[in-house]
Amino acid sequence: MDYTTIIGLEVHVQLQTNTKIFCGCSTKFNPDNPNVQTCPVCLGLPGSLPVMNRTAFDLAVKTAIAINCQIARFTKWDRKQYYYPDLPKGYQISQYDLPFSHDGWLEIVINKETGEKKKIGIIRAHLEEDAGKNTHDETGRGQDSQVDLNRAGTPLLEIVSHPDLRSAQEAKEYLEELKLLLTYLEVSDCNMQEGSLRCDANVNVHIHRDGQKIATPLVEIKNLNSFRNVELAIEFEADRQYRQWQQDGKTFGQVNKETRGYDAIRNITVAQRSKEEAADYRYFPDPDLVPVTVEEAYLQNVIDSMVEFPAARRTRFIQQYQLSNYDAAVIIDQGVVFANFVEHVAKICGDGKQACNWVTQDVLREMNDRKLTIEGFPVQPPVLGEILKRINDKKITIKSGREIFLNLLNSEDLSTISVARIDQIIQEQGLSIVADSGQLEAVIVAVLAKNAKAVADFKGGKQSAVGSLIGQAMKEMKGADPATVRELLLKKLAE
Amino acid sequence: MSIIGATTGELLSRLERGELTSVELTTAYLDRINQVDGKVAAFITVNGEKALRQAADVDRRRQAKQPLGLLAGVPVAIKDVLCTKGLKTTCASTMLANFIPPYDAHVITQLRNADAILIGKTNMDEFAMGSTTETSAFQITRNPWDLDRTPGGSSGGSAAAVAAGMSPLALGTDTGGSIRQPAGFCSVVGMKPTYGRVSRFGMVAYGSSLDQIGPFANDVNGAALLAQVISGHDGRDSTSVNAPVPAYSQTVNQPLAGLRVGIAKEHFVEGLNPEVEQTLRTALHVYKSLGAEIKEVSLPHTSYGVAVYYLIAPSEASSNLARYDGVHYGHRATQFSNMIDMYATSRGEGFGSEVKRRIMLGTYALSAGYYDAYYLKALKVRRLIRQDYDKAFEQIDVLASPASPNPPSKVGEYSANPLAMYLEDIYTIGANLAGLPGISVPAGFTEAGLPVGIQLLAAPFEEEKLLRAARMYELATKWQGQRATL
Ligand SMILES: [Zn+2]
Repeated sequence: MDYTTIIGLEVHVQLQTNTKIFCGCSTKFNPDNPNVQTCPVCLGLPGSLPVMNRTAFDLAVKTAIAINCQIARFTKWDRKQYYYPDLPKGYQISQYDLPFSHDGWLEIVINKETGEKKKIGIIRAHLEEDAGKNTHDETGRGQDSQVDLNRAGTPLLEIVSHPDLRSAQEAKEYLEELKLLLTYLEVSDCNMQEGSLRCDANVNVHIHRDGQKIATPLVEIKNLNSFRNVELAIEFEADRQYRQWQQDGKTFGQVNKETRGYDAIRNITVAQRSKEEAADYRYFPDPDLVPVTVEEAYLQNVIDSMVEFPAARRTRFIQQYQLSNYDAAVIIDQGVVFANFVEHVAKICGDGKQACNWVTQDVLREMNDRKLTIEGFPVQPPVLGEILKRINDKKITIKSGREIFLNLLNSEDLSTISVARIDQIIQEQGLSIVADSGQLEAVIVAVLAKNAKAVADFKGGKQSAVGSLIGQAMKEMKGADPATVRELLLKKLAE
Repeated sequence: MSIIGATTGELLSRLERGELTSVELTTAYLDRINQVDGKVAAFITVNGEKALRQAADVDRRRQAKQPLGLLAGVPVAIKDVLCTKGLKTTCASTMLANFIPPYDAHVITQLRNADAILIGKTNMDEFAMGSTTETSAFQITRNPWDLDRTPGGSSGGSAAAVAAGMSPLALGTDTGGSIRQPAGFCSVVGMKPTYGRVSRFGMVAYGSSLDQIGPFANDVNGAALLAQVISGHDGRDSTSVNAPVPAYSQTVNQPLAGLRVGIAKEHFVEGLNPEVEQTLRTALHVYKSLGAEIKEVSLPHTSYGVAVYYLIAPSEASSNLARYDGVHYGHRATQFSNMIDMYATSRGEGFGSEVKRRIMLGTYALSAGYYDAYYLKALKVRRLIRQDYDKAFEQIDVLASPASPNPPSKVGEYSANPLAMYLEDIYTIGANLAGLPGISVPAGFTEAGLPVGIQLLAAPFEEEKLLRAARMYELATKWQGQRATL
């Protein structure tokens, strides 16, 4: 099986605005109360007119800059015309020949261990309005179909990649990196279940035969509602195209682009009624909307107010905190709140590496075990940072730090978790490392006096006897450093 | 002095002086509608009860010496293409025969704020497509000056209502001359403002880049007042221009010194009726006698106007009318076999033949493979036409022309030949393509007694100049006082 899979992705992202793109209706996900977030504009009533939501445009520009796109200085709105019950005006307001952005790229990590990267080209990103949602009677009893227009007019950003992706895995990485970026930018919640991120994949394969490259006909896969399904569908489809080619020998250009849907239950793609042959969308500039011009100062303003992108942050973490590619990726890929958590802890305790280790190991483990989110994690950076700081300052041992951490996590009343509480636990349980060697010496002398037999054993050559002596001394002085205790004990024994 | 036939200014001052109440006034107009609309058929819906309630409210507030709007107590008839909350808005189409809008058009809000009385909704060509008001799905409006003839269109109902004394004022819409042409045919004043001067919010769209709402009145002053009330910026229409509205009604009586009146040599073409041409020449003499300078200018792309218009307007219309699909509102067929058939049958039943013709034209012009040759080329020529006017208005203040090349047609005259009807738009289309303000003023009658109007155009946002120039002419001629007898 000698072929390469060629994939381009079209991603639709709902932008996180309070109101719709051309009217003042709410964009809240509200499937249980159909048609309550509507007005004459998004219902397409006679005489209603669209007015562009500036926030949607701002969020779109922010995203386009983050995926390294050129921002057009002049952009306009076009009508894409087709009939469907979820499209109340009989056209969708979209952008055709002059999208607001084009020619960008997104870098993805294709090897987490080595950190090897690959740039995926972006053809264009444009803004459009979402359609409503049709619900059909699927009982086969011929009941009515229904239309919910709550979603109609929600701002959608369509991001079209070049066919630069070479495997299902790469496609998944691209989507994950894009989602991470969009959530970092706070432009979308990227909730695939609620439809705020949707994906279509254009797939074909290049078969290598006798030094020749044979391309199979292009297929667009629709209905991909999870990243896992994108991966599975592409894998299936690439293999299907290879087998199809073996059967009929049809190559790219000999057959029209086909639309297939992914059936997640059977893990296959199924041919759909092809729009491509029949559809003529009769795009033309929407006369109800004025073109948008973009000023340099506006762009600079967007750039200046931009947050650090995930890719840049990954690189910085590797350098600043001496992390491996893998560890940096683990932190960044958890999302912006998680990475902020790590940095906050690092700032308080003064040791980035230590903060990373604790958060990726102890915090992440407890998060998973206790089914908590990072936002809802009971021990927040101000407290965790102080625990680590006490370890760093050699005020408590690492072991004591873990005990305090767990103790706090298990608090019955979470509101009691505080920096003051840390010191209280240290006090109560005597976890303080005893720096006063006089006090420690007194304890050791007392232990030696009480354990004449062990002392004699040790002096008689039984090295292991020292263990129980250390144990007893530690019991007396909870915060003592075991190494110090051992050293002092041996010194006393040698006297 | 009679109420019927009085000018808006006269009515307002009688109301203000307390010689007349708005209820009396409104009742007189409702009576007049009762008497003559059986012959004219200008109204689709008469809003009698609500109009009288509104009038009573204005009278009460006037008595209480409360502040009142500019049109307090005066009836205005509304073309049935403008959405009126709670009042049927049909666009003279079976498709919207029972459509009751849940909101007011911006201009209706402005009228309500000005305390005008909404007396009723007037007939029109279906979805404003036509030049005779004959394509209405409900009724054919007759020209009050000759009931065998059409009042012009598409705002024929509004023009006829004013001409027949059924309302002193009316609103129309003008996409290719639909205010100015029927105004000329009915011997009333009709003005199309600059594109963007009046919000289109709540006007059911025909050709969005050309549509503009404007006033009808029985004198220029009335038109100036109504224009002033409806103009101004509205955030709900992206193409609405945010520029201050001059008080047209305050300046309209001031004559313009050194007025330069242009005529375009391309306007004197074959097909121009000699009586109409003579009327224009006589009007130019009037201007000369008032001290104006007459200048000939050139609009070299005039001959392409009709072709460009009949590509752009139907293209936009084919898209604007896609929403009438029987799914969410409007007419839905009762018999259909599947979803596609439901669309086809609902639209097939809901639209008349002129609307279907223009949807077909526009769909064709926007189709893949034809777009560049038709729509895109039309946009390019539209720019050239606009440049012609820009150049002309460097030399002149207003451009004078006939409102249309022929007097009003006989009912049914164009039914077999829509192309001949399209060609009648030659003088009015340019203002829509270039976004200019234009006004049609009564200028006399043919020997057969048919009204003839002259049209004046001005540069964008020069409505004030346009109205003053029109008023100069009106005051110097006797045509304003002429009323159709019914
Ligand atoms: Zn809405």
